[in-house]
Amino acid sequence: MLLEFSQEDERFRDEVATWLTEHLIGQFADIRGRGGPGDEHHFVRERKAWERCLAEGGWTCLGWPEQWGGRSATIEQQVIFNEEYARAGGPGRLGHIGETLTGPTLLAFGSDDQKRRFLPGIRSGQAFWCQGYSEPSAGSDLSNIKTRAVWDAETALWRFYGQKVWTSLAHASDFIFVLARTDPKEKGHRGLSFFLLPLAQEGIDIRPIKQLTGTAEFNEVFFDGAACGADDMVGAPGDGWRVAMGLLDFERGVSTLGQQMLFQVELDEIICIARANGTARQPAVRQRIAEAHIGLRTLRYNSLRMLSGGEDGSLSREAVIYKLAWSNWHRNLGKLAMDVLGPDAELVEAGPYELNRLQSLFLFTRADTIYGGTNQIQRNLIAERALGMPREPRGDAAKE
Amino acid sequence: MKFRFTDEQRMLQEGAERFLSEHSPIEVARQAAMLPGGVDLALWARITEELGWQAIPVAESHGGLGLGLVELVVLLEATGACLSPTPFYATALSALALGTVSESDGQQHLLKSIAEGTIVAFAHTAAQPEWGPSGVAVSAMPSGDRWCLNGSARFVMCGAVAEYLLVAALFEDQKIMLFSVPSTHDGLSVSHRIALDQTRSMADLYLQDVVVDGAALLAVDWAEALANVLDIARIMVAAEQVGCAQRALDMTVDYVAERVQFGRTIASFQAVKHKAADMMLKVESARSLLYYAACTADSWMRGTERRGVLREAAAMVASSAGDTAFFVAGTGIQLHGGVGITEEYDIQLYFKRARALEAYLGRPDESREVIAAALLDTSEAGIHAA
Repeated sequence: MLLEFSQEDERFRDEVATWLTEHLIGQFADIRGRGGPGDEHHFVRERKAWERCLAEGGWTCLGWPEQWGGRSATIEQQVIFNEEYARAGGPGRLGHIGETLTGPTLLAFGSDDQKRRFLPGIRSGQAFWCQGYSEPSAGSDLSNIKTRAVWDAETALWRFYGQKVWTSLAHASDFIFVLARTDPKEKGHRGLSFFLLPLAQEGIDIRPIKQLTGTAEFNEVFFDGAACGADDMVGAPGDGWRVAMGLLDFERGVSTLGQQMLFQVELDEIICIARANGTARQPAVRQRIAEAHIGLRTLRYNSLRMLSGGEDGSLSREAVIYKLAWSNWHRNLGKLAMDVLGPDAELVEAGPYELNRLQSLFLFTRADTIYGGTNQIQRNLIAERALGMPREPRGDAAKE
Repeated sequence: MKFRFTDEQRMLQEGAERFLSEHSPIEVARQAAMLPGGVDLALWARITEELGWQAIPVAESHGGLGLGLVELVVLLEATGACLSPTPFYATALSALALGTVSESDGQQHLLKSIAEGTIVAFAHTAAQPEWGPSGVAVSAMPSGDRWCLNGSARFVMCGAVAEYLLVAALFEDQKIMLFSVPSTHDGLSVSHRIALDQTRSMADLYLQDVVVDGAALLAVDWAEALANVLDIARIMVAAEQVGCAQRALDMTVDYVAERVQFGRTIASFQAVKHKAADMMLKVESARSLLYYAACTADSWMRGTERRGVLREAAAMVASSAGDTAFFVAGTGIQLHGGVGITEEYDIQLYFKRARALEAYLGRPDESREVIAAALLDTSEAGIHAA
């Protein structure tokens, strides 16, 4: 069992840190630490410019094969990059969905033509992606997709009708990948297909959803005749569920360590406030701060264990606990922040509703335990996949 | 960075699990609880002769295997899972304590004896006001070129079956010393205690004018080393807690899969599944910290890690594994329903063990206070993220 990174990896760490220090300056100094969950709507234009800067430095898509512009970076190097990126205050990655979801999906399931058309844009920081999965009636029960893709023989195009919801950053994206029903006779996970669509076209309407924070980073995306070509389907008709599930596996991975660096910044800020305002002397607060510290370190070693799971980088059985673990931890941190701030937490700095970082943390972390699979669903997954407990019978309306 | 077992460690784990499932089923723990010393000496003899676990923490130069905390943790997880009634923890702790003292004939003799299977128990505290150096309640008085020991120690693991005792004693109310005393020595009495956790062997130690010669004194100025040994002990206990919690989870999942109510196995109800999921989340989280802490202890013993980092790791895992084992065993009883509170079902034994380990060497909240003090009271943050 070896916890230390190799000397070669530590050299790589220095290289990343140096590059970031040299480039997060000038126009990019203002966006340090900005973006990311709860702050996604800010500085979109500047953060896109930053993505291009990162790309020119060769720091996007590190884990991709060299053939597609990546570095075939090891798990360790990707972890290190994410850690240093967060440590340097790198802004929330707008290219994240393309790099970590679309890219790996295309590399695993896409045609050569699709790889040629879509991967370079992601790698160069020019093309931004969002994820079209959830629908009003397909939340936790994701397979209950109603959005239809209909083959229009006349124009030789797939045409889309329906609605997606909770689409992060749709308003700032160029493309969306969509899970849609291509066989209306099928229910559940059968009859679904996976598509790649440009967003700038007729028949797509993007409407922001205003959140409890007063800001809007999620959207509704309405489809009314929007189109894509036959060669924009990933896999075969009816393969959508398999592709989508493969993609969800890519979601839990190397970025977790970087995420934890951001959590550390938040915890440090709370500790700083506690020391300054005297709450650090209250025994109950001391216990909670210690618990938060231990919890964050636990997340780190959970991550390192799951990333060390297999030679091929595949995730271990324990990976299934990760979402539940971090989301609960982060939500508790939001509450701790409020309690440490004390009465001041109740006052907003400026109108109409300008929240400070910790207020935003408190409110937005209520979403952490919901998006990407609610805590209830995560617990089902743990019980069923890891502990082998039986599934709950489906209700009559959902029976196939 | 490969945060997983090596092939050798994996083999050690599989071998231990195989051996214990055959030779240390839960009935063995129940039966040992009825024995005078609370230990199954026949089982221990088998372990020392066939597996040689006792030699793991003893340096090669003293006839041991010279392996580290990771290997100990592997084995303690396995013995913790079956509440195995052996002095493995006790002798390993003594070996590690002896590893901190400078070379002497007495030290070499004891280490060699441990490697050969002799039981040596560690008697360091009366646990009042606390488990650390300030809890030492034996005094040492010079008497010519000999030493006279008086006082008591409690919570001496497997004390009643030990051949030797390592006794921490206070000299002139400030210096902590370490002595070795044969269990048959004049003036020494060892009394086995029935514990709330019946499957755990513990003894009280009374010393009345125990006069030992100079060679019995193994270390002077041993307070800091004692604190370090206790931190290592906390990591070892955490391994037993993780093993205990894992087995409590497994037996609960097995039970709810069998139990049928409302025409379904109760394992299919989300109210039950979600509790089981929370149990697994905690077990895996504590295990992650445990492996980190074991690696940290090994680095510290090699001299490549600071003492503060060891202290932090021990406090973190003691807090996490302590809470985890108690939560998992308690929830295990709840999910067993009525049979969970019967003497017949094993889950109650795990609940008692979880409680016993949680209280031993400091409660989880005390461990968290160690962390809080380092984070909040120092002029500079004393703890840094790795």
